[in-house]
Amino acid sequence: MLENEAYLSKTTHLPRKRFFRARAHSNPLSDSHFPVPISPSHVDYSLHYPQLVVSSDTTSSKKVEFADIGCGFGGLLISLATLFPETLMIGMELRDKVTEYVKERILALRKANPGQYQNVSVVRTNSMKYIPNYFQKAQLSKMFFLFPDPHFKEKNHRRRVISPYLLDEYAYALRVGGIIYTITDVEELGEWMNSCLAGHPMFEALTQKELEADPVVKLLSSATEEGQKVSRNGGQTFQAIYRRITPIS
Amino acid sequence: MDVESITEETELHDKQSELDVAPALIAVHPTHHSLVVAIGSELRVFDLQGSCCVILGDGSSGHKDSIRAVSYGANGKLFVSAGDDKLVKIWNTDTWQCIYNVSSEKRVTAVAISNDGHYVSFADKFGVVWVVELEGLHQSSAVVEKKPAPMLSHYCSIITGLEFSPDGKYIVSADRDFKIRVTAFPTKPLEGAHEIQSFCLGHTKFVSCFTFVCNQEYPQGFLVSGSGDSTVCLWEYESGTLLNTCEVGAEAGLLQSNGSEEDILPVITDLCASRDGSLVAVAVQSLPGVLLLSCNLSVKSLSIVRKITITEEAFIPTCLSTSSTSELLWLVMGVSNLKGSVSPSLARVRAISCFGQNSEPIILADSEIPGGEQLLKTLQGNLSIEKEVFSRTAEAVKIAMNNLLIKKEYNVENREYRKRGRNDKKKYK
Repeated sequence: MLENEAYLSKTTHLPRKRFFRARAHSNPLSDSHFPVPISPSHVDYSLHYPQLVVSSDTTSSKKVEFADIGCGFGGLLISLATLFPETLMIGMELRDKVTEYVKERILALRKANPGQYQNVSVVRTNSMKYIPNYFQKAQLSKMFFLFPDPHFKEKNHRRRVISPYLLDEYAYALRVGGIIYTITDVEELGEWMNSCLAGHPMFEALTQKELEADPVVKLLSSATEEGQKVSRNGGQTFQAIYRRITPIS
Repeated sequence: MDVESITEETELHDKQSELDVAPALIAVHPTHHSLVVAIGSELRVFDLQGSCCVILGDGSSGHKDSIRAVSYGANGKLFVSAGDDKLVKIWNTDTWQCIYNVSSEKRVTAVAISNDGHYVSFADKFGVVWVVELEGLHQSSAVVEKKPAPMLSHYCSIITGLEFSPDGKYIVSADRDFKIRVTAFPTKPLEGAHEIQSFCLGHTKFVSCFTFVCNQEYPQGFLVSGSGDSTVCLWEYESGTLLNTCEVGAEAGLLQSNGSEEDILPVITDLCASRDGSLVAVAVQSLPGVLLLSCNLSVKSLSIVRKITITEEAFIPTCLSTSSTSELLWLVMGVSNLKGSVSPSLARVRAISCFGQNSEPIILADSEIPGGEQLLKTLQGNLSIEKEVFSRTAEAVKIAMNNLLIKKEYNVENREYRKRGRNDKKKYK
């Protein structure tokens, strides 16, 4: 990183994005060179949440409940952090520069607002490959997939983060009753994500009433950087929000 | 073309030709009726009851490329073989007629038959596990073509092993990303297997093989897995709990010095549990012979009890198999497409008797093997094998396995050099 914290804004003391130029896409299929925890019990969450998790005590301490998959610059996490101050949440992002930015952003926010933002953190990982290395069965209550890479070509559909096979792994990590939130500004991808979820035996759509009652739904398009960009340009968004259920066997 | 891309290209070429090398496989009928050795594209079958060679009846013309996986069904009525020719062949073991052909889109790396014999499942190099439903053992001589349905997927990871649990409730798959996935086998498998029961996570390198150990006290059994990290692990697979780790490579003193680099531990190539569940035979990449681990299910532990060495011919097995009715452990060492050799392939079959509790295992001499010379002639192709072929075989198998399963590592400078043109790597002032 740059020295003397030159990347921090002089007025807000938050990191500035232009010092974290990143590529828009990253190949999820390539072999990873970053460290991956052997299993969920090998992740030291006290490093992520120093005020809320004590490393020595792994059984009784709080566990991460929200996961923002492909968190980007972390807009949603930051909004959720104050909305659910008691819940631990983590962002997962494949691009190292972006992860770096979110890390700095959280640290700066913690410094500026003592006692707040202690419940958010970020890791650099490929969540399409390593979800089971981070979360135990039924550990999560919410998963977010906001404005994922659309991968238009049919031959690249297997790179999409929502796919029938990967939903099996998300259903494993989510507890019964947990909710999966997806949103995109690409109509074709919106239809794809909706049909994958609708066709999966372990998910059911939320009713209109439930969607209106859920405070998180409004954040999907307003809190994220991508969502703001879309509304600036007057674009349309497509949501698919589903609940994890016990499959009927 | 600059120098770097030239060397890369030749590397790629070498890798390709080494990938074509396939280790020999062995499978014994569950009640010891027959014995199969797969070498290259060839299936060699010996009838242990009639003590004779079996001629395969195949309407189509057999496999056209290396066979990578073979398996008998639990009741022994079916046998399945598959590999690099993207063809899964299902055989009736009474007549040794090929009764079903299943075409795969990708090369096949693992196969399994459901315990009731109604479904055949196979895994491809993209990590997808497929399933086909069978309509019994039809008697017609024509080979029936079947279309598979995708059932589950490991995200773009080569699947190294596939098995049904002893009670048939789960289908277990292992991959090169250190994972073992336990999935509930559904009542309608053609619609997919979506319910993940557990992940067994603990290996630090690719999982190369796994098997189940059961006894009367624990009929549902436990899972034993071997890995590129040189350990054998014992799991309670329903919860994914790691019960015990046996550091096989280090404890058996198989540390290899790799010149200036770090010491490397040899890869576990195959595992085979004795029928009483008390012993697990382990084939290790650099060990002539096998290691026997004692498996104590009541205290849930694995420990090395014996090293059986076969030194007179540097016999490093590539595959192990045993049946539920005999105490014979069958071993094969072999490889296809051996470069620069007079004989293009090698297959050497050995057997160890008294593979079970409280008995002294004995390596059988060629004359003591059931089926004797006739069996060896059928399965090995010839009776005498030159000594130097063994060492070359061991080397070829090792390189092929490493190329397939170990991820390519670049050092930091090399990695930065490859990223030199990327926008996010440009310096900002």
